Amino acid sequence: MAAPRVGPGSVIDGYQIDSQIHKGGMATIWAIKTGPDETPLIMKVPRLAEGEDPAAIVGFEMEQMILPRLTGPHVPRFVASGDFRTLPYIVMEWIQGKSLHTRLPDLPLPPEEVADIGARVAVALDALHRQQVVHLDVKPSNVMVRPTGEMALIDFGLSHHLQLPDLLDEEFRLPYGTAPYMAPEQVLGERSEPRSDLFALGSLMYFFVTGTRPFGDPQSLKGLKKRLWRDPEPPRDLRPECPPWLQEIILRCLEVNPENRHPTAAQLALDLRTPAQVPLTARAERKGQDGFITAFKRRMEVDSILTVKKGPAAGDAPIIMVAVDFTTTGEPAANAMRAMIRQLMGAMPRARLACVNVLKLRRIGLDTTLDDEGEHKHLQRLIELRHWARPLELPEGAVTFHVLEATSPADAILDYARSNHIDHIVMGARERSTMRSLLGSVSGEVAAEAPCTVSVVRARAEED
Amino acid sequence: MLIAFLTDIHSNREAFSAVLAHAAARTKPVDRFVFLGDYVGYGADPQWTVETIAEMVDKGAIAIRGNHDEAAVGAAHGMNPAAASAIEWTNRHLDKAALRFLERLPLEVVDDDRLYVHADASAPDRWLYVIDGEAARISLEAAETRLVFSGHVHVPAIYGLSNIGKLTPFKPTPGVAIPLLAQRRWLGLIGSVGQPRDGDPAAAYATYDTHSAEITFHRVPYDVDKAAEKILAAGLPAGLASRLHAGR
Repeated sequence: MAAPRVGPGSVIDGYQIDSQIHKGGMATIWAIKTGPDETPLIMKVPRLAEGEDPAAIVGFEMEQMILPRLTGPHVPRFVASGDFRTLPYIVMEWIQGKSLHTRLPDLPLPPEEVADIGARVAVALDALHRQQVVHLDVKPSNVMVRPTGEMALIDFGLSHHLQLPDLLDEEFRLPYGTAPYMAPEQVLGERSEPRSDLFALGSLMYFFVTGTRPFGDPQSLKGLKKRLWRDPEPPRDLRPECPPWLQEIILRCLEVNPENRHPTAAQLALDLRTPAQVPLTARAERKGQDGFITAFKRRMEVDSILTVKKGPAAGDAPIIMVAVDFTTTGEPAANAMRAMIRQLMGAMPRARLACVNVLKLRRIGLDTTLDDEGEHKHLQRLIELRHWARPLELPEGAVTFHVLEATSPADAILDYARSNHIDHIVMGARERSTMRSLLGSVSGEVAAEAPCTVSVVRARAEED
Repeated sequence: MLIAFLTDIHSNREAFSAVLAHAAARTKPVDRFVFLGDYVGYGADPQWTVETIAEMVDKGAIAIRGNHDEAAVGAAHGMNPAAASAIEWTNRHLDKAALRFLERLPLEVVDDDRLYVHADASAPDRWLYVIDGEAARISLEAAETRLVFSGHVHVPAIYGLSNIGKLTPFKPTPGVAIPLLAQRRWLGLIGSVGQPRDGDPAAAYATYDTHSAEITFHRVPYDVDKAAEKILAAGLPAGLASRLHAGR
């Protein structure tokens, strides 16, 4: 195959090449000349001429296959790809922002910032996983921060689309990934586990909050496998400012068995955004690494990890949001809502419940929680919300409580559902009233606009 | 060009009709039908099935020969007792024109960068089953085209062969378009219209878009009860009816 001749000024299939912006081991990235009102574009050209690494070719094939099938703000928009037989390339959106790699000189970052970054990356991963793709190379240089603050994942050369042939799977005997971030099961060759990306994100958060990589940067397969039995130093040992809840979350991401990590990226994001409600286990207060004997025993039992049981799909671990409105619902209605929640949570033991109440502000700016009265109202609502959910008897960790302040309850519920990737909204129907016929109902508006399933619950009316 | 691949119809009129209706209802019309063999055997409607295919071939469809088609006009050697008894019954229920049509079917057809063959391409008349990666490799290596499309195994599958000889097996998800990347060679096993054996009783077929080089596998539910009742009413082995319900 002839070396692709791409250089400043050359025109390829109508795309005018501007300047080289990156030269990596597997591909070269060129800026494309675009008009002032057009989306900035880049052209990615694999380094086939050097051709020494077959992974460069296969990785490019994978990206060519996967990228056109992805949509949304959390990935670069695909524009075009070149014929592999003549000149292989991919033209895609040039994300105007910096990668998380540019933050490395600032490490360690404040724990709150790490949690915020982690939550935004988790949201991006959830969007990817819902499109049937496991990234398998989550690391700072593959996460771009858009000017909007949204995280976009780039480089799908090692990714696996669960509904397309996995060309990397059969191709190579060594695991492919980036050493500091690779999940244990990925080291063993598993490429179909979305929670491998949660492990990588856990490594990233550990690194960002401590300034140290949890498993170093091993260069051999033997070194990579060490993470199967050797636990990392707890983050709080290295950075006492790291709060117990963040250590809890990070160490849960770094669990060797994917079953012990968060079931989905959306659930991880929810935890990172509600620190006060993260149930703390022994992980939160762990000090020092396990002793030699414990680690040695694990090393001997490493085979049990080889037969990791495949977890159920994300559909079995949804986040269910219940919007509780104290002003219009009586006890029969509340009972009907709780009965509905019991059914849903009973059928899906790994589901999470987010109990939400909207504290209605009369007008923006006039009453805010900044004053004492506002804060009191907010706290009182939280207490009432917990009381409302008490009869459900849900274990700690399965439920979180949120009071949203907004002028429009419907907008607040919809915003919350969108930004937390809620799978199912349960809410009460407004009782029959003149107000409803005049103003329309919140549930009607939510049902029409929601990004997910909405169940509108009404207590069975008494017969006349 | 959009090609629809149908194979292993096995005299199942209900399944075949449902697939034709499904293909006709597509927003992008099918430009060419390709039948990959085994139109008869097992089911109760051989004459109607062969007539329908013959009419479509007159209008430009391609049809190749399967082992059951060959057996129906000759000897049913090497078949299990149920299949052999169905073939003997089939032969009695086909008219001369239908038998002549089956007799004249080619063993394989090359169409641009595609080879159509019922079973293993390395020995099309030996009717070997391509059931694993090794068999897929043998079949692909024997073909001279980039793509090979076959039936015979009644289970949908794709095998990709890279230029350094690595083989990637894949079980397709119905309705998801799969790109048959240009830098590899591919074997597509289409799955059966009239007697699926992968546990899903719905009829299987696939469409291939030559422009985007994408193949999409489809499953079409059909009136299994009716097809099964007809098999029993015809006095064919009862197992041939019950397996339609199980998709095995």
